[in-house]
Amino acid sequence: MNQDPLWTIFIGACLINNFVLAYFLGICPFLGVSGKIATASRMGAAVTFVMLVSSVCAFGIQILLTQIGAPYLKLISFIAVIASTVQLVEMFVKKMSPALFRALGIFLPLITTNCAILGLALFQTNKGYGIVQCLVYALGAGAGFTLALVLMAGLRERLDLVRVPDVVQGTALTLMVAGILSVIFMGFAGLGG
Amino acid sequence: MSEMTTLAPPEVPTWRMYRAMVGVGLLCGLLIVTAFQVTAPIIARNRAAALQRAVFEVLPGAASSKTFVRQGDAFVPLPEGASDTPAVGEERVYAGFAEGGDLIGVAIEAEGMGYADVIKVLYGYGFRENAIVGFKVLESKETPGLGDKIEKDPGFRENFKALDVSLDPAGKEPVHPIEVVPHGTKTSPWQIDAITGATISSKATGSLLRKSTAYWMPLLAPRRGDFEGSR
Amino acid sequence: MTTDGQKNQPSSTDEFIKGLWRDNPVFVQVLGMCPTLAVTNTAQNALAMGLATTFVLVMSNIVVSSIRNFIPKQVRIATFILVIATFVTIVDYAIQAISLDLHKALGAFIALIVVNCVILGRAEAFASKNGVAASALDGLGMGFGFTFALLCLGVVREVLGNGALFGVHVFPERFQEWVIMILPSGGFFTMGAWLLVFNALKKRKANAAGPREEAA
Repeated sequence: MNQDPLWTIFIGACLINNFVLAYFLGICPFLGVSGKIATASRMGAAVTFVMLVSSVCAFGIQILLTQIGAPYLKLISFIAVIASTVQLVEMFVKKMSPALFRALGIFLPLITTNCAILGLALFQTNKGYGIVQCLVYALGAGAGFTLALVLMAGLRERLDLVRVPDVVQGTALTLMVAGILSVIFMGFAGLGG
Repeated sequence: MSEMTTLAPPEVPTWRMYRAMVGVGLLCGLLIVTAFQVTAPIIARNRAAALQRAVFEVLPGAASSKTFVRQGDAFVPLPEGASDTPAVGEERVYAGFAEGGDLIGVAIEAEGMGYADVIKVLYGYGFRENAIVGFKVLESKETPGLGDKIEKDPGFRENFKALDVSLDPAGKEPVHPIEVVPHGTKTSPWQIDAITGATISSKATGSLLRKSTAYWMPLLAPRRGDFEGSR
Repeated sequence: MTTDGQKNQPSSTDEFIKGLWRDNPVFVQVLGMCPTLAVTNTAQNALAMGLATTFVLVMSNIVVSSIRNFIPKQVRIATFILVIATFVTIVDYAIQAISLDLHKALGAFIALIVVNCVILGRAEAFASKNGVAASALDGLGMGFGFTFALLCLGVVREVLGNGALFGVHVFPERFQEWVIMILPSGGFFTMGAWLLVFNALKKRKANAAGPREEAA
């Protein structure tokens, strides 16, 4: 069993090893929906929510698979569970809160192929976290993802008003800015020691 | 073929969906299990070889190794055919023996938070020297060029040729807990000479060794017979 | 829609070539960015990752296209993911059997091939509509295109960041490594730089085609 204290797990997942800027997970939504702060923060909220739910599910599956001695089914069951979790969450949110559903809208189905979710499930089992640690880890990862997305969106809203050469426009520019953000996040290293 | 190209059929009977899912599921299950069966022995052999290489590296002079599991105060050899990944709560150590079968020491895994992520190390405890006699980083994501010097820097590795961990007379804890000192100021055998420019990684290494030795040394020192008796 | 049997014969080289350059999954379609950035800190990792992805791409394309008539539309995404996850698991075990060190270097990113959008994208857009041979070629072309892109990044990052290529030193001893290139941020910078190169090429081609036309 892993003994890491909860605050190190949170800081680690959120800042030091930010899923987007240090682990390169969830780059697709990071490039795709970081155009506006409003959409970026909603996407972040949706991802954090799904992370929490699938983290718990993955924890349960891992126990089950160890019980029946079938480690080779890990990947396939993780991905199946994440896909169905997203579906369930979508249906549930639609039923319970149509307003929230409209706000999250198209983002929910997109999350299935977000590698940050699967990455989270795999990392937490590799690290051997207990259930509380898993939840904190998911929360930290989600917060880090949201932070990266919102920061990026803020920068890109400004960049829209700047005249840049045609060649640089678009993804190339976004990547360069992401690189600088990633350098900045390196400054957080050492916080967990 | 034609049913795919014509406009989507208005309704697909449920049994067709079930047939498809179950069929694909069976096929996938078959493939995965086959692959697992074929590769499992090779992977187990690779793992064992890698572990043995690492144990030999941290216990200079070792020619064979054996895995032991802690049971209460005693250490017993790992039963034949046990899983190569420890169960939850199971603690394993790896004893190394010289050519003639004499016990050299025990290799122990330890981990702790480093600068960027968890650092995982294997270190060798020599019974005769009563000290750490070897050290190897198994896993780290320390900054390349700075923190990752803990893996290769010859000066830093020199620290672990004979790092004193002898116990107090009561045998409860090391007399001198391991200390990390600034580069060039090492005076005592229980001190680690830090790497300039990689202070945090050096300190993290020292701290994880200090914690690990404080836990293991009192357990290991009185049980030398458990390992020797197995030959 | 249907390129089947004898009809795919003339275009088979095209199926292969298009993934390499014109529709390069990374540089042109900007898909599958996560592994592209994460495991390209050395050329060797990039090559291994590219080949592993190619294998999964080809195999899943073959399986998907051979069972395409048997799968109702409603459950197709689920079955595709199942097939892809199967082959990724197989690759994972294969790499562990070949080299544990390589497996450690690639880490969780082998498992994350599952969510590489390139693979699901090809299964959905090509393999579910085309014959087995054409799909295999398409997978091979896309896979090699992906590998090529990964190598482009891996080579630049390793040469600048480690002063080496495939582990062999290429610079004199006093070369000061650009450590930042092997750090995460180096991945973003290198990828951005390559996209710049491709944009510039695209623009020059557009200008050459019609100087008066609006530049794309």
